[in-house]
Amino acid sequence: MSVLVYTENWDGKFKKLSFELVSYAAGVAKMTGNSVTAVSVGKVDESELKKLGDYGASKVISVSSDNLTVLDSQAYTSVIADVASKERSKVIVIANNNTGKAIAPRLSVRLRAGVGSGVSKLPVNLNPFTVYKRTYSGNAFAHLVIKSDVKILTLAQNSFDLVTSQNAAVIENVSVSIDGSLVKTVVTNVEKQTGKMLLTDADIVVSGGRGMKSPDNWGPLVELADLLGGATACSRPVSDEGWRPHGEHTGQTGKIIAPNLYVAVGISGATQHLAGISSSKYIVAINSDKDAPIFEVAQYGIVGDAMRILPKLVEAVKDIKR
Amino acid sequence: MKILVCISNVPDTTTKIKFAEGNTSIDTTGIQWVINPWDELSLTRALELKDDASSGIKSVTVVHVGPATSEPTIRKALAIGADDAVRVNSESLDAYYTAAQIAEVVKKEQFDIIFCGIESSDFNGSTVGGMVAEFLNIPSVSAVSGIVVENGRPVLTREIDGGKETVTVTAPFVAIVQKGIAKEPRIAAMRGIMMARTKPVKLFEPVAIEPLTQVQEFEKPTPRAACKFIDAENPRQLIELLQNEAKVI
Repeated sequence: MSVLVYTENWDGKFKKLSFELVSYAAGVAKMTGNSVTAVSVGKVDESELKKLGDYGASKVISVSSDNLTVLDSQAYTSVIADVASKERSKVIVIANNNTGKAIAPRLSVRLRAGVGSGVSKLPVNLNPFTVYKRTYSGNAFAHLVIKSDVKILTLAQNSFDLVTSQNAAVIENVSVSIDGSLVKTVVTNVEKQTGKMLLTDADIVVSGGRGMKSPDNWGPLVELADLLGGATACSRPVSDEGWRPHGEHTGQTGKIIAPNLYVAVGISGATQHLAGISSSKYIVAINSDKDAPIFEVAQYGIVGDAMRILPKLVEAVKDIKR
Repeated sequence: MKILVCISNVPDTTTKIKFAEGNTSIDTTGIQWVINPWDELSLTRALELKDDASSGIKSVTVVHVGPATSEPTIRKALAIGADDAVRVNSESLDAYYTAAQIAEVVKKEQFDIIFCGIESSDFNGSTVGGMVAEFLNIPSVSAVSGIVVENGRPVLTREIDGGKETVTVTAPFVAIVQKGIAKEPRIAAMRGIMMARTKPVKLFEPVAIEPLTQVQEFEKPTPRAACKFIDAENPRQLIELLQNEAKVI
């Protein structure tokens, strides 16, 4: 019996999210008196697989197959379900990202396993198995009891601290043959931006709202994000107006993020926007309206004109980086 | 081709959530119920596809799992333009239960494309769509931000980290839909509201399924510490606090 964790890779590499997942699985394993088995799908070098041991995986099952190059939710579900059954896993940990959302629900039905989705903390109780889960888009949290024998937990990105361990993970290479005709998803074209930090991966996010007044005013905001090693984001009206790309929209219907630092510039803080950013560790608000709701969730605030404040912040950051 | 759009009703997204006594459910007093935002966008896109005669989409049906009190949500979907509806006469006990009910409807009524919103704004589970597909053993495509029909074949846009993919898949399938699928939700016109009154709503009794999860208790998010204000004339102080107090830069 082990806690199983599915560790997705990006072109053969893991990222912080992968290690957060293993750290979380290790936390659950410690509570339940089990070990952690990680399952990786696709071509990943042994040295990379070994890194999962540094966060608590005792065993890493590396599955390769010629027919698993594109994400096909049915094929991936079959592979992970087989590993889970062989390992007799009672808890399966998956990321609450696009891939996880494609696989976890199918796995749930396949294994008759209840899902606790978007968890950010270790289970609050083992008997009954209870997790703490975000609901009402961050306006409430639920203690959710999972009654099934097998449980699936999907972990919110950037919500669980890395915990290092001294495990030397055993690598087990498994080659599976999947009938190509069973893979129903055909990808005919891929458009990908390379070299740009993903908003969901960023530790620091600088975000602009309608208070930025014009798409031409974004220069100092982007510069501040770059200097801090962060990503840029925006509110919904800004992306709807076409001032910034849709991929930057954070909020209920856009991206849901949880960086260490979220700087909201000229964003009033509508409920729908807060739904996407309320899990950030620190929120800074810069807004000309002292009554803007964003100040109710911010730890630091400046009331004033963003156009005057941003250049001064840029200068101050340059000074500390010197 | 026939499209099914799964719709959930949720409190208006600006609602201040309060709990009923015992904190096991929310206090529904005064709550304005709306169609879940992603479901509303799915419905809009389904109707846009149907409007284009060359798409080969013949009908758009909505399905909802809920008691008679959620009938207004169904009428609203019909007023927006859905041809007919199915209501499964039961509270939605959990995602697994709800997905199983929807799968039964699909088995009986047969659809080619099933739209599900990526999540509901109340439970934020992101699971029903994938579960429906697995119950039916048909493909599902997640994070769908676009769909067109080319030469009678649905072509989907799927969001991936830092980009997007163009995907085709064999029908019937479940498209799990997110932002981008339609620009603005379609609004019901007066004519639509009148017509909705006479459109057929089929009633299904639920099949016996044991839910796998149950909410034991709700609680409010932990309140954050009060905001510390920094003089607009001295923004440098903010950078110092972020560096030395919060230690995040």
